[in-house]
Amino acid sequence: MFLLKWFEKMGEHGLYYMNQAGRMGIFLFNVVLSVFRPPYYKIFNITKQIYVIGALSIFVIVFTGAFTGMVLGLQGYTTLRKFGSEGMLGSVVALSLIRELGPVLAALMVTGRAGSAICAEIGIMRNSEQIDALECMAIDPHKYIVAPKFIATIIAMPLLTAIFNVVGIFGGYLVGVKLLGLNEGAYFVNMYKNVEFDDIYMMFVKSLCFGLLIVWICAAKGYLVHFERKGGFGAEGVSRVTTYAVVLTSVSILVFDYLITSFLI
Amino acid sequence: MNTEPIIQLVDVKKRFGQQQVLKGINLSIFGGKTTVIVGESGKGKSLVLKHILGLMKPDSGQVLVFNKDINKIKKKELKEIRSYFGVLFQNSALFDSMSVFDNVALPLRERTKKSEEEIKAIVNEKLKLMDLEGSNEKYPAQVSGGMKKRVGLARALVLNPKIVFFDEPTTGLDVAKSNEIYRVFFRTQAKLGYTSVIVSHDVPKIFKLADYVALLHDGVVQDCLPPEDFQTSDNPHIKEFVEKTMGLIYESEEVEG
Repeated sequence: MFLLKWFEKMGEHGLYYMNQAGRMGIFLFNVVLSVFRPPYYKIFNITKQIYVIGALSIFVIVFTGAFTGMVLGLQGYTTLRKFGSEGMLGSVVALSLIRELGPVLAALMVTGRAGSAICAEIGIMRNSEQIDALECMAIDPHKYIVAPKFIATIIAMPLLTAIFNVVGIFGGYLVGVKLLGLNEGAYFVNMYKNVEFDDIYMMFVKSLCFGLLIVWICAAKGYLVHFERKGGFGAEGVSRVTTYAVVLTSVSILVFDYLITSFLI
Repeated sequence: MNTEPIIQLVDVKKRFGQQQVLKGINLSIFGGKTTVIVGESGKGKSLVLKHILGLMKPDSGQVLVFNKDINKIKKKELKEIRSYFGVLFQNSALFDSMSVFDNVALPLRERTKKSEEEIKAIVNEKLKLMDLEGSNEKYPAQVSGGMKKRVGLARALVLNPKIVFFDEPTTGLDVAKSNEIYRVFFRTQAKLGYTSVIVSHDVPKIFKLADYVALLHDGVVQDCLPPEDFQTSDNPHIKEFVEKTMGLIYESEEVEG
């Protein structure tokens, strides 16, 4: 009897997660379709979203980028000195930022700042029937609400990652050269020699994929809040689904980071 | 006179978990007429409306709008049908991060190619019709409940729809305000000639507006009759409903009789 109950419960969970995954897949499909479908955009809607998702994230990106670069400089310097190759600091900082830390950390910061906002905003619109109202006005909510955020995130993510990297490299320079007394020329020449286009390409691909993940998961979770198993109703439903969206996005970013790296390396 | 029903519900059933809420709804709504759906709270009146709007799919049965089953047609066709709809939701469902003006202007901006000046003129006219001048720049959270309803009404009517759905248009308003809404409603219907479907609790006042009254009880539409016939119907549920809601008159008649 107990075992039967257990199986029943497992089956129920399984079905629920399959259903949710399917709904999220259909959601992404609809959004991507709506991006290319007329009516065409009022440019203001997209620039506004780029401002909200991208420009307003710059401060936090610069801040975290600077400190990440600085700590890389510090750690890298003390480690490299053991092998007597402090001169490589520039390329160590640049490569780890461009290939790995830049895209991942920038994506995590954007998830926290903009992803949660996207999820909560759309979730509240769902719960107060605003999405139903749009549908009844024959306005496609995918197109009207989600598509501008989708485009904006995909444009903003690579740019934010680039800013993160530049600031990080400068942070490493500050600690390595100005604080610890490394030769300025060595820092930049080594970087120049060792960073190749493939590295930049990897950063670009990663940041695009992470941008897609962020806007997909966060928007879908908000949009589908009424399907949540534990009850997606009211303020509590939105808060629960927002937390869940941020956690799920962060985890997927790290998982996909590994997958993309293994494909591109 | 149009005798073909433009909306038809055929044996619509819907179940939520253990609860069978709709047990086979049959209802016809005729063009140019006002059909009022009454019934006790929590019996699925709004649910019937959501089925007609295509926001919910029935477990079985058909919902025909303009003779098309809205659960079987393509998205594009559904969109076209919906473009004839105007809907006032129970909680108004205004876009809370947009001003009153932008709320009413939204359907015009997204669905028509009108210039901003034309839109401004139309929106201001509709807002004036609803006695909402001077609230253009306010946000939905900054206006009263009654005003929200009127903004919702303005938004529902802004594209001159062919079918208008009102989910409890006057609930929570004082008598003067709800009379005002009815007056606006009457005026606009005379002018625009739309078909309307109203879900309401406001018995008996709503009978004055109605061409047909349908009682939803026990998951089925008991009957859909003109208000005079409704009040004298022999159906036990309708009788009970009429006695409950218009009790005083009948009690005194009983005493007199």
